[in-house]
Amino acid sequence: MFEVRIHSRGGQGGVTAARLLALAAVRDGKYATAFPFYGAERRGAPVVSFVRIDGSPIRISSQIRKPDLVIVLDPSVMDVVDVLQGIKPGGRVLVNAREPRDMGGHPACSVDLTGIALREKLEVAGSPILNTAVLGALAKMGIISMESAKSAIREMFSDPRNVSAAEAAYRELAA
Amino acid sequence: MTEIPREEYILKCTSACAGCGGTLSLRYVLKAAGRDTILVVPACCTSVIQGTYPNTAFNIPVYNVAFASAAACASGMSTALRAAGKKTHVIVYAGDGGTVDIGIQALSGAFERGTDFLYICYDNEAYGNTGMQRSGATPLGARTTTTPAGKTQPKKDLDAIVAAHKPPYMATACPAYPKDLFQKVEKALSYRGPTFIHILSPCPPGWRFSTEKTVEMGKLAVRTGMWVLYEREQGKVTINGPSKAAMVKPLPAEEYLRAQGRFGGISAEAVSRMKDDAAALAQRLQKEEKGIC
Amino acid sequence: MLTVATGNKAVAAAVKEAAPAVVAAYPITPQTEIVEQIAEYVSSGELRSQYIPVESEHSAMAACIGASVTGARTFTATSSQGLQYMHEMVNWAAGARLPIVMANVNRALGPGWNIWAEHTDAIQERDSGWLQVYVGSVQEAFDAVLMAFAIAEDERVLLPVMVNLDGFLLSHTMQPFEVARAGDFIPPLHLPHAIDPAAPGGYGTLTGPEDYFKLRWDIERSMRDSAGVIRETQERFARTFGRKYGMAEEYRCEDAEVIVVAMGTLGREAEVAVDLLRGEGIRAGSMRVRWFRPFPRLDLSGRDVVVIDRDYSFGFGGVLAGSLAAAGGARPFSVIAGLGGQEVTYEDIAGFVRERRPGEEFWFGVNGDV
Repeated sequence: MFEVRIHSRGGQGGVTAARLLALAAVRDGKYATAFPFYGAERRGAPVVSFVRIDGSPIRISSQIRKPDLVIVLDPSVMDVVDVLQGIKPGGRVLVNAREPRDMGGHPACSVDLTGIALREKLEVAGSPILNTAVLGALAKMGIISMESAKSAIREMFSDPRNVSAAEAAYRELAA
Repeated sequence: MTEIPREEYILKCTSACAGCGGTLSLRYVLKAAGRDTILVVPACCTSVIQGTYPNTAFNIPVYNVAFASAAACASGMSTALRAAGKKTHVIVYAGDGGTVDIGIQALSGAFERGTDFLYICYDNEAYGNTGMQRSGATPLGARTTTTPAGKTQPKKDLDAIVAAHKPPYMATACPAYPKDLFQKVEKALSYRGPTFIHILSPCPPGWRFSTEKTVEMGKLAVRTGMWVLYEREQGKVTINGPSKAAMVKPLPAEEYLRAQGRFGGISAEAVSRMKDDAAALAQRLQKEEKGIC
Repeated sequence: MLTVATGNKAVAAAVKEAAPAVVAAYPITPQTEIVEQIAEYVSSGELRSQYIPVESEHSAMAACIGASVTGARTFTATSSQGLQYMHEMVNWAAGARLPIVMANVNRALGPGWNIWAEHTDAIQERDSGWLQVYVGSVQEAFDAVLMAFAIAEDERVLLPVMVNLDGFLLSHTMQPFEVARAGDFIPPLHLPHAIDPAAPGGYGTLTGPEDYFKLRWDIERSMRDSAGVIRETQERFARTFGRKYGMAEEYRCEDAEVIVVAMGTLGREAEVAVDLLRGEGIRAGSMRVRWFRPFPRLDLSGRDVVVIDRDYSFGFGGVLAGSLAAAGGARPFSVIAGLGGQEVTYEDIAGFVRERRPGEEFWFGVNGDV
C-alpha cells in the first residue's frame, strides 16, 4: 500500500489532484482511492487530501496517518502546518518551489508548479491551476507512468495546456 | 346561464355532518372539474367524510396523504402525469389547518415552483376533524376548544400570502353562491400553473348554528362584508357581484356574528376591530380593482 | 471502462441508468453532490427525468409519493436531519406500497452539528417497512442503486428501498468503479395500484382495525418475500454484470473462531483486521451485513461474535448487536464505535477482537483501552 498526503489551501485543487493521481494509478492497472479530509472546506484555509494506491482492492477507509509521500502544493501552509507529521522513515516529499528545500532529511523534490501554470496560462479566477502539472512531477518520481498521467488529465480536462503543464513538470523536476 | 352538470361525484351516505359547507362546496368543485380529476386530500374533515375502507362515497380517485404534505404530493403527482402526457386535473382539497398552518410550507413551495394544479382551501376557520381547535384561520373573538374565551388574534391573511406567489388565478368563494364557485373552479382549471380558491365553508357544529342554515350563514358572511367574493386573474382584481352589492349597502356585521354561537360573548372591541379589518380589505380590493394601489 | 469518482457520483450515475421519471430532492451535506449531479444530468439532457427542487425533505418524499402512485419511477436522496424531517412520509411511502428508491448518506444527528458518518439516522427508520441495504464501496453503491429499483418494483415486493452509504467515507471518497449499462436489467415499472381516473377509488382512506391489521401483515409478508427477490436479483446481477453480492458478505468465516460483524465501510475495514489477526494466529472472520431490512440470517453458532455498531439506541444498546442477539441468540461483544465520524482503523478493530469480552458493551474511545 502506497499512501500519499497532499497539502494545499481550500480552492487550490488539492482534491482534484488526489483524484487525478488515483485515476492515473487506476490507468496503470492498480487500485486506488482518493479522499479529502472529511470536514467543511473553506476557501484559503490549509487543507489536506489523501490517495492510497495498491495492487489489490483497497478496503481501508480510515485516514492516512503515516504517508509514504507528502505533496506540498502551497509551501505557505508549511508556516502553519507540520507537513511532515507521521511521514514514514524514508518517506518522500514533493514541494511546489523553485529551489530545493530541506525537508527534515527526507528525500525531497522541488518543481515550480506555479511558474509552469502561469507560463501555460492555466488560471482559474486568478489562481494558477497546479493539479494537472503535479501529475508530471509524480510521473518523473515513478509514482505513476507518464502515459497514464496524461490519459487521466485528458479524461478530466479538455484543455491541452494541462497536458503541456504536466510535461513541463516532468522535464523540470529537480531532485 | 351556467349549467351545472347533473352528474354527481359525491355519492349518498358520506360521513359528513348535516349541513357541512365543505362537502357542499366539494360537490360543486367536482362537478366543475369533471371525471378526469384526482383529488389530493391531507388530514381534514374530508379524510373522514369519504367513508371507511374499502368503501368510498367519492366517485373520483382520492389520494389521502399526511397533514403537511398535500401540496408537495400534488406537485409530484402533477409532474409525473404531465411527463406522461396526461392532462388529468390535480386538485388539492385541504382544510384551513392543513393550509394556513401545517401545510403552508409545502403550499408555498409548490406555488413558487409553478406546479400545474389547483389548490382549494375549504375554510371552516378551525380544526374541525379533531373537534374545533383554533387554527391560524380562526377569526378574532371566536370560541374554539383551545380558545374558550375567544381568539385574541385576527385571522391569518392567507389570500395575501398566496397572492405574493403571483399565481395566474386565485379566487375566494362560498358554497352559498354555487354558480360563482362552479365558474371559478372551471376558470382556475383552464390555467396552466398553480391556481388557488379559498372557500369559506360554514360549519354548523363548529360555528354553532343549526344545520339548515349553512347557505344562509354563507350569504350573511358575504352580505355583511365579513367574507368578500373576488378573483385575482393575472394579477387583476375583480370583486364579484354579491360582494360589490354588499360594499354599497352592507348588512351590519352583528347579524353574521350573532347568528353563531362561537361569537357568544365577543367584546365590543373585537367586533369593532373585525369591522375595521373588513372595511380595510374592501377598500384595498376596490382600489386594486380600479388599478390604484 | 473504469472511472474514478465519489460514492455520491456513483449513486447519481446509477440513477441515470435507472432513468426515473421523477426525482424530487432537497440538498443536505454530505448528500448534496448526488442531487447536484442528477440536476446536471437533467439539465444537459443526459437524463430525461423531471427534477422537482422541493422546499424540504418532507416534501421530497411527499412529491415522490404523489409521482409514484401514478405509476412513475421515482428517486430521492437525503441524509441525517433530512431523513428525520422526512420521517412521517418515509412511513407513508411504505404503507402506500410505493417502490420509491432513496439514497441515504449516513450522517450523525444533531445536536451538536456533526456532518460525519453514523448509521443511527437510517437505523431509526428500520421499522418503517423500507428495505435497507448498507454498502461498503463506491462500486457497491452504484450496483445497489441499480438493484434497488429492480427489487422495489418487483410485484412480490412493492416496498421502497433505502440504499445507505457512509457519509464522507464513501460519499466523498473516490474509488474506481465501472458504470454498468442498465440495459433491460430493470424491467419497466408496472404499479398494479396506480391511481387512475378511469377507475376511481380511495387511497389511504380511513381504515378500521381489522383491515388495517391485514394491510400491516401484507407489508410483513412482502418484506419476507423480498429476501427471495433480493437473492434472485443479486444472482441476475452477477450473471449480467459479473459482480456477486449476498445478504451479508462473509470473509474467511469457514474455520473462524471469532467473527466480526459490522455494516458499511467498517465492515470492509474489518476484513483487513481479519487478515492482520490471521497473521497473528487468531482464526478471525468477518460478516459485513448488507441488508439490514429484511434482516439476514447469519450463521454465528459456536463462534465468538464481536459486533461493531456505528449507531446506538439509548437505554438499550447497539442496534446491530441487539438484533443479532435477538435473531440468533448470539452473546456478542458489543462495540460502539465510529459515532459522529469517529476514526476506527483496522488496527482498532483487531484490538476489539483480541480483547473481546462476550456479553459486554464497550464504547470505543470512552471506556479506555480495550
